[in-house]
This record gives sequence, C-alpha cells and structure tokens, in this order.
Amino acid sequence: MARIGVFICHCGENIARTVDVAKVRDALAKHPGVVHSVDYRYMCSAPGQELIRNAIVEKKLTGVVVAACSPHMREPTFRKACAAAGLNPYLCEMANIREHCSWVHSDREKATEKAIELVRFLVEKVKRNKPLEPIRVPVTKRALVIGGGIAGIQAALDIANGGYEVILVERQPSIGGHMAQLSETFPTLDCSQCILTPKMVEVRQHPNIRLLTYSEVEDVKGYVGNFEVTIRKKARYVNEEVCTGCGACIQRCPQKRIPSEFDRGLGRRTAIYIPFPQAVPNIPVIDREHCAYFRRGGCRLCEKECPRGAIDFNQQDQLLTEKVGAIILATGYDLIPSDIYSEYGGGRYKDVIDGLQFERLLSASGPTNGEVLRPSDGKEVKSVVFVSCVGSRDRAKGIPYCSKICCMYVAKHAILFKHKVHDGQAFVFYMDVRAAGKGYEEFVRRAVEEEGVVYLRGRVSKIYQQDGKLIVRGVDTLSGMPVEIPADLVVLATAIRASDGIVELAQKLGVPVDEHGFLSEAHPKLRPIETQVAGVFLAGACQAPKDIPDTVAQASGAASKVLAMFAQNAIEREPTIAKVNEQTCVGCFECQRACPYRAIERKEIRDRQGNLVKVVAYVSPGLCAGCGACTVACRNHSIDLEGFAEEQMFAELSAITAA
Amino acid sequence: MKQATEREQLTRTDETPILLTEEARRFTEEVIRRSGERVDWCYQCGKCTAGCPVAFAMDIEPSRIMRLVQLGQSERVLKSKAIWLCVGCQTCTTRCPQEIDTAKVMDTLREMALEREVAADKEVVTFFRSFLDNIRRYGRVFEPTLVLQYNLRSGHLLQDADKGPLMLSKGKLPLRPSRNGAIVRKIFDALGGRKR
Amino acid sequence: MTAYAYFPGCSAHGTAKEYDRSTQSVCAKLGIELEEIPDWVCCGASPAHAVNHLLSLALVAKNLDLSPSDTIVTGCAACYNRFKTTVHALQHDRPLWEQVKQIVQPTKLNGRDFRVLHLLEVIHEFGLEEVKERVVKPLKGLKVACYYGCLLVRPPKVMGFDDPDNPKKMDELVAAIGAEPVEWEFKTECCGAFHAVPHPEIVLRLTSNILRAAKDAGADVVSVTCPMCQINLDLRQLDIQKRHKVTFNMPVLYFTQLLGLALGINESELGFDKLIVDPQPILKGKGLM
Repeated sequence: MARIGVFICHCGENIARTVDVAKVRDALAKHPGVVHSVDYRYMCSAPGQELIRNAIVEKKLTGVVVAACSPHMREPTFRKACAAAGLNPYLCEMANIREHCSWVHSDREKATEKAIELVRFLVEKVKRNKPLEPIRVPVTKRALVIGGGIAGIQAALDIANGGYEVILVERQPSIGGHMAQLSETFPTLDCSQCILTPKMVEVRQHPNIRLLTYSEVEDVKGYVGNFEVTIRKKARYVNEEVCTGCGACIQRCPQKRIPSEFDRGLGRRTAIYIPFPQAVPNIPVIDREHCAYFRRGGCRLCEKECPRGAIDFNQQDQLLTEKVGAIILATGYDLIPSDIYSEYGGGRYKDVIDGLQFERLLSASGPTNGEVLRPSDGKEVKSVVFVSCVGSRDRAKGIPYCSKICCMYVAKHAILFKHKVHDGQAFVFYMDVRAAGKGYEEFVRRAVEEEGVVYLRGRVSKIYQQDGKLIVRGVDTLSGMPVEIPADLVVLATAIRASDGIVELAQKLGVPVDEHGFLSEAHPKLRPIETQVAGVFLAGACQAPKDIPDTVAQASGAASKVLAMFAQNAIEREPTIAKVNEQTCVGCFECQRACPYRAIERKEIRDRQGNLVKVVAYVSPGLCAGCGACTVACRNHSIDLEGFAEEQMFAELSAITAA
Repeated sequence: MKQATEREQLTRTDETPILLTEEARRFTEEVIRRSGERVDWCYQCGKCTAGCPVAFAMDIEPSRIMRLVQLGQSERVLKSKAIWLCVGCQTCTTRCPQEIDTAKVMDTLREMALEREVAADKEVVTFFRSFLDNIRRYGRVFEPTLVLQYNLRSGHLLQDADKGPLMLSKGKLPLRPSRNGAIVRKIFDALGGRKR
Repeated sequence: MTAYAYFPGCSAHGTAKEYDRSTQSVCAKLGIELEEIPDWVCCGASPAHAVNHLLSLALVAKNLDLSPSDTIVTGCAACYNRFKTTVHALQHDRPLWEQVKQIVQPTKLNGRDFRVLHLLEVIHEFGLEEVKERVVKPLKGLKVACYYGCLLVRPPKVMGFDDPDNPKKMDELVAAIGAEPVEWEFKTECCGAFHAVPHPEIVLRLTSNILRAAKDAGADVVSVTCPMCQINLDLRQLDIQKRHKVTFNMPVLYFTQLLGLALGINESELGFDKLIVDPQPILKGKGLM
C-alpha cells in the first residue's frame, strides 16, 4: 500500500509568487496514495529537510515527492535526507515546479493548476518506484596525464606525491611544453627554465611516474575508474636504456640546417637532435623526414660515432595498453599562424614575428644567445613595436575572445627589451590592458613608468617595409592621431588557440569541444576542472587561454579530484541504468546500434554442459548513462530503465491525460 | 556680463556632451537603421583611423566619428568636414574587426547632412552637385562643362586653367556631350518623390 | 565565344581616351568580343553613393537592365566597384531590390544572373599562357610598378578580386608579357580619388607617396587599371612639380597599353601620345618602341 509524502517548497518568492502552494498542498492531500502533504518556505534548508525526515519516520512513508526546483539542483540533497531517515533514496523524486512552472508562467491560476498536475503525475510514478542500490565500480588507482607541459607536470607530481602511479604521455621528444621556450615569466621575471627544470627532473626521477615522451594516445576505451588506453610510443631510433646523452651523435650529424621547432624557425637543428639543452629525457630523437639515411640511404654517421651503440635504425613504434582509473587532459595551447592579417605582410616579412619567437630571441639559450637581433639580417634592434590583439577580439577573423595572457607578456617583452637595449625604443599598440592578476597591474605600470615604454591606444592598420625598416601604421585614439613608427622589429601578440589534434583526441574520449576548439568543462563556474565524461579532467590552457599561476592551480585541482577518486575503493554510479530481460531478449542488438555510449555488450548464455544456448545483450553498468535510447530500439520490450521503467512512464502519462 | 561671455567662449560646444538625450538616442538609432550597420558594436580600436588615407586632413577622425554617433552627437558629426573628406576607399570597411562597414556609415552621414542642410565642406559638396547635375543633363559625364561649372560655383575660377589647353591638345577633352540625359532624369525624378 | 557586355565609363571618350582605345585594340587582337551596352548611363561613381544610396543603386540597375549580356566588363575600377556592389546588394537584400525596381522600372532584369568582370579578369580568363604565346615583342627590361588602387580590390567580401593587400593579377600579366613587375608596398594605397577637384592638395600628397615608392622600388613606369588613378598619378605630376618642386618623371600607363605593345599592336592604336608624362623616352631607350 503506497504511503506517499508530498513536500511543497515556496522557494522564498520564486515559486510562491506565481504558484498558490497552499492550493497545491490541499489538492495533493486528496490524491489517492498520498498520506502526508505539507508546504514550507525553504525545503532544502536544514529545518526543511528535518520536516521530510520526521515525516518519513512518523508516517511510515513508502515514497517522497518534493515539489520544488530542478532535480539538477537538489535531488542529491533530498535523497540524502531520505536515506538518513531510512528510506531508500531512489524512492524520492523531485517535481520541478520552479524552472518548469513558476519561472516560465505569469498566470497564477493556470500555473497553480499546472503545478498540481506536475506533482500528481510524479506521485503516480513514485508509487511504482523500486528501491535501488548505487552501482559500485572498482577503481584502477593509476592516473593518465596527457600532455607534459607545466600543467601536466604539476598534475603528475601532485598525484605521484599522493602515493599513486601516474603515466605521463607527451608527444614531443621532451616534456616542458611552451614554458620551456620562455625566457622569463611575468610578473616576477623568474628565468623560466630555472623554475621549470627542477620540476621536470622531479618527474623523471619520481618512482611513481612513468614518463612516456615522443608518445601519443591512440585509443581510449572504458569508463571512469576503468579506462583502457592504447599509447603509441613512437620510435626515436635511439635505445633509451643505453644512451647516456653524451651528444656525440648530434655533433657528428651532417644535416645541420633544419629549422628548429623549439626556436620556432629562428634557429637550426640537426636531424638527430635534442630539442633543447635541458630536455627531459636527455635522449636524442631522429627526425625521419630530414635524416639522410631514411631519405636516401647511406650516412648513419651517428651510429658510427655513438660510443655505446645506442642508435637503432630498426626501432619500431610500440603500442602499449594500460589500465588507468582517471585521465587528466593537459594538452596546452598553440598560437594562430602569424600571417593572419595580409595587411601586416601576410607572413612575408622576416622581421615581423610572434611572441614565442621573441621569447627565443630574448632567451640566453636561444638562436641569438639572448641578443635582440633582426631575423632578416642579424642587425641590432634599436626600435621595436609590439602589436596587441593580433587575431584576438576580432569578430571578422572568427576569434571573438580575448587571449588573456598577451597584455602581460607584451609588457614583459617591452621591459626585457629595455633591459637588454638601454638606448632602445619600445612601443606597444593596445586596445585595453588586461592585468587583473596578483602584481600584474604594478608590472604593467613598471613598463610605462620605469622603463619608458610608450603605450599607444589603437590597432595597427598596416605594416610594410621601407628603406630597411618596418613602417607600422597605427593610431593613438586617446589623442586622435594617426601614427607611423619605423621599427627594426615588430612582435605580434597572436591569438591563443587549442593545440593541434585536440578535436580528434577529445572525440576518442567523448569530451565535448567548444566552438573555438577548446575543451569544454562540465560547468563554467562551479565545475571548471571536470568534463562531461566522468573520470576525465582538465588542466591548463587546453580549456581556455590561461597564465602559469592559474594553470598550476588548476593542475593541482585536477590532481585533487583524482586523489579523491583514488581514496575510495569503489566509485558509486547512479543505478538508473538499462537492464536486459535475458529471458525474452532475442539477441538482435538493435539496442547496441542505438546506444551512444558503447555500453551494450554481447553475453553468452550457456547450459550446464557449457553449450551455447543463446547470445543476449548485456548492459555495462559502468558505461550506461541511462539515456533510454535502447528501450525505444528494442522490438520486444526486453530492455528497460531502472527508475524510469515503461510501467512508470505510462503511469505518469495516464495521470496527465486522466485529468 | 563679461564673465558670462568668457565662460561661454570657454565651452567647446553648445551641447552638454554627457547627457544622452532622447534626441541623441534617436540620432544613433537612425544612423544604425539607415546604414544597416551596427555602429553600436564599434569598440573604438581605431584601426579605421589608422588606415584612412585622408585622416591626416580630417577635423574628426573616423573612429571618433563613430564614437560621436554612438553618443548621439548629431551636430558635431553632421557638421564635420571629415565626412566630406572621406573618399570611400573602403580601407576601414576591409579591416574593421567588428565587421562594420564604416564607409557605408559615412555615406549615410553625408545623406543626413545634406537633408539637414548642414554640409560643411563647400568644395566637395559643390563638386558632387556639379557632377550629378552634369549626368542629369547629359546622361554621361561631360568633363568640360563639369570643370567649368565647378569652377564657377566654387569660386575657384582659374583652377586647372592650365590643364584645359593641354588636354585639348592631347585630344582628351570630349567635344560633344552624350544625349541620354532623359534616362538619368527619370531616375532623379522617381527619387525626388521619396520621403526619407 | 559570346560577346561581353562592355561598360566603357564616362571618361572613356574623354580624359581616358587612351584606355578605351587600347582596350578596343587589345580585345580585337585577342578575339575578345565587346558589345557596348546601348544607351548606357553614368554609374554614379563616387558622388552618387556619397549622397544617395538608392540613386547609386538605381543608376547601375538601369545599366544592368540595358545590358545585352549577363556578363559585364568594364575597365574602370570605380565602375567595376559600383556594379559589383550593386549586384551584391541586390542579391542579398530583397526589400532593397524592390525599392530600386520601383525607381528604375526595369523591363529586362528578372531571372538574370549577372557576372561583373574587370578587364584584367577577362584577360586572365582568356588565359595568361595564351597571351604569352601571342606576345611578339616581350617587354624585356621594363620594370613596372603595378598599381591597383582601392576600388579594384576592396572590400574583399564584395569584390573577391585578388588579395586586398598584395594583389598579384596585374603583376602576373606584366610578367607574362615579358616585363618585370617590381615588388613594392604601395599597390593598394589610395590616390585621393575625386579630391583632384575639391581638395587637390590631398591628391598631391597621396600621389607623391605612391610615385616615390614606385621610384624607390626601381620602377621605370607605373601600370594602372583605373582612369581616376591614372589621371591623378599622371596629370598631377605637373602640379607636384609646380607646387612642391619635385619631379618624378614617372610615366603612368594603362595595363592595356603595355599589353598592346607586347602583342605588336601599332603604337598609334594604343594612345601613348595621350599620356601626360611621356613614356616614349623610356620605352625607346629599352628598344621597345
């Protein structure tokens, strides 16, 4: 015999202003099966919850309907309250009379009628609810971090220090990411390598971290706590066990003019190379595309030179399969190509470069040993113009967003330039200066007040070459004057974009990507580290343009989510998943075709002798998201949703139509 | 009395610049509606001014014209010389990051300035008038009378006087005007009856 | 090959006579048929759109109505811009189209799909390889600064003609006829347009910059695709000389004149004598004339 309790919330004025809650309460009190019907101002508050708990005990309720806001908001709250009173939480449901009623209607009479209907038919459903237990899924206590920049490094270290195994996968030959390319970091002007390399070495040496560089994630199967990942470890053609990093091979390599990716084309490297001196691991890699042996045969001088015989031209890519319980995406960012504006030369001018290229010029270990020289002729730079917002905040280019970090690194570049070239002139064209972080505003003021950098407010219309200089045609809107500056070097603050290949990787994981290619967080305000996919977390610029402090903070946040997961022996998942009636299932697998979560598997039913009787569908309790597509696809009603069974759904519908 | 006059002389304009009156709002809306361009989207980056080939000669540069339109300052904008100096080279339109067709907005402002009879650049307006009168008459531009008419109307009687004989000797001056002015007159007449 | 409808533009029989003449000669030589739009009227150029939007559309729409062919060719960059802008506006704005129709009362506009081409495009469509084969006098050693101006390439969304900052179509043609297009930065800088009449100082300043850039780039001549630009760059050199005491002595030719020369057309058919700054010394000096 059903004994349902109905609890109607005023939600302050949110519901009560439009819905006559007293009327709803009285109407439901008369509904068959309802033995308790009350209203209260704030049901989710402590006293409100106490009302529910007491009623469950006193009236021996068999089910609870809370008529209030959206279950997205409060279902866990009320279910916990019921559980505390000894009622199975899945016998408690919420009727949404706020977002679905009071917030979208203005006619009080009609809204009240509708609210009554909403609660009534949910009561009919709850009468047919069955008690359910959460599904407990085991957790593999090993984490996978994809991306070895500062975000991935920080996350990996935090998890490893928490006592769990981490696999860190990085597709470049070395970890370090873009931070390794920087000269100094704002606002402290710390030497970037100096603060980064200790962490890089810590990663290499940490007993809990397995570092896989020059590797990429090929495939991901499974679900939270139980992922199976396939990683391709690309062939370096160097035996990592044997190589000591002596560098003799690099010295010997005759291919010396290959544009260096680390120096962004401003410097050269050899075909067998280590990307930068502090690379971790300090093991060279052979670039097949440019290696003479791979292209035409012959050479193999590195092999001859190596004292340990570490060169192995027959090395193959390896495919590794690993089981992990959680994945952190820390794939970082890239810059848009600097030829984006044809009015800035469209990439024709060697002395128009982007911010990362300027970092390499500033860098003591860079292609010019830290001297600011023109890429075109190596001459000294006496005047430099920094152009902000190149691509960013540009609706016409399809990049409406702000790239966040450029205002700060432009100020940094200007300050560092002035430090190196005392009699040099630095100009910055800007629209706004965004310096909201700790010590940021003071840093920008330093550029203006102490270093004499000239800030001009306005965009640049055109850059062209004349008499060996770059003429920058811009404007200072504050004074209303068009300005033309002849510069030796122009640095474009190009927009930040998501790394190459992110869309494909995201698809493998089922993580959505926004319209600009950045990975989507579960909720922009309250869940900026989680994704829609349970067990997959975000850290760093892969989510949105971000500076180093925020990246490190977010990475530690992601690590804490993982550590929280690993601290338990099992993960609880919602039991409202599909279930197959194996008696009636004929094994047509229409459900499998309909399932977007790849949650339906084949299950063999055998007799006692081990003979195959039939093959039926089986729902993976870890993967099923309870969407119900399978229940529609099934031709003979052999699959149903726990908590949303067909019987319950029809009961709800009948209650509406009966009214 | 003297003090008041001094104070009057110190203010730049007759309007109170900060108050956005109903009239000011209506002006902004009218410009947006008639040009079909979202002047309200302009975030004052100045790229139009930076690229404008005649900005150096303007009393109010293009980005500031846009700002004044946003603030409904019809007097300052419609009475400016700047809108007449604009040659319609489309550099601003091409480069605007907010995809505003600034040249089109300039067209609209000129139309409005003429309607309100406040056009400030005598030479340019005289040239445009002479040109349009010329094609009304002949259907196609007849350069000799165009120059003559401009010189007479503008008062620059001897402007390019030296060019006449030169062009004539090179055979670059048409001697006879064309005769399909009627077609053009029909169009002008059809437009004449339209209300803005 | 069907004839292109030809819109000469108002200056064709006047200040840009050499353009029209060289155009006709070149097209005849290449077998490109041009059929002048009967009773065509002025497109309105700058003055029309500058004072009345509907007027500017109506004038062009009338010409479209009169056009015997859906493919219209013009050599004047301003006319080209007005025609393309009008066709674009009418294709994207039905209500506006209705207003224009009321004014123009067209008889032959419905269902037509207009294609507007600049003469330079027509030559490209003809084929640069073809042109190259027909060259009898390659303009070897002639350094040409190709000047495109504003309205040929901007705004790119409407014009769709080449790169708006570093266009190449004229350079390619110049190279195909054996001359040497120079690399320079003022290809699309404004010449000052109609200010030649009301504010000549503006034109003098802007054209000085252009001519100086051409000279610094080592050009012998400047090649143009627009009568307005031509007259500003050519005729006004006299004023630059008089007022600013600077002599550029830079001949400014229509690209059709250069093309005609290379195709072996008689000089008298190309109007070289009509240019203000005489190109003959340079051309003769290079053995091209």
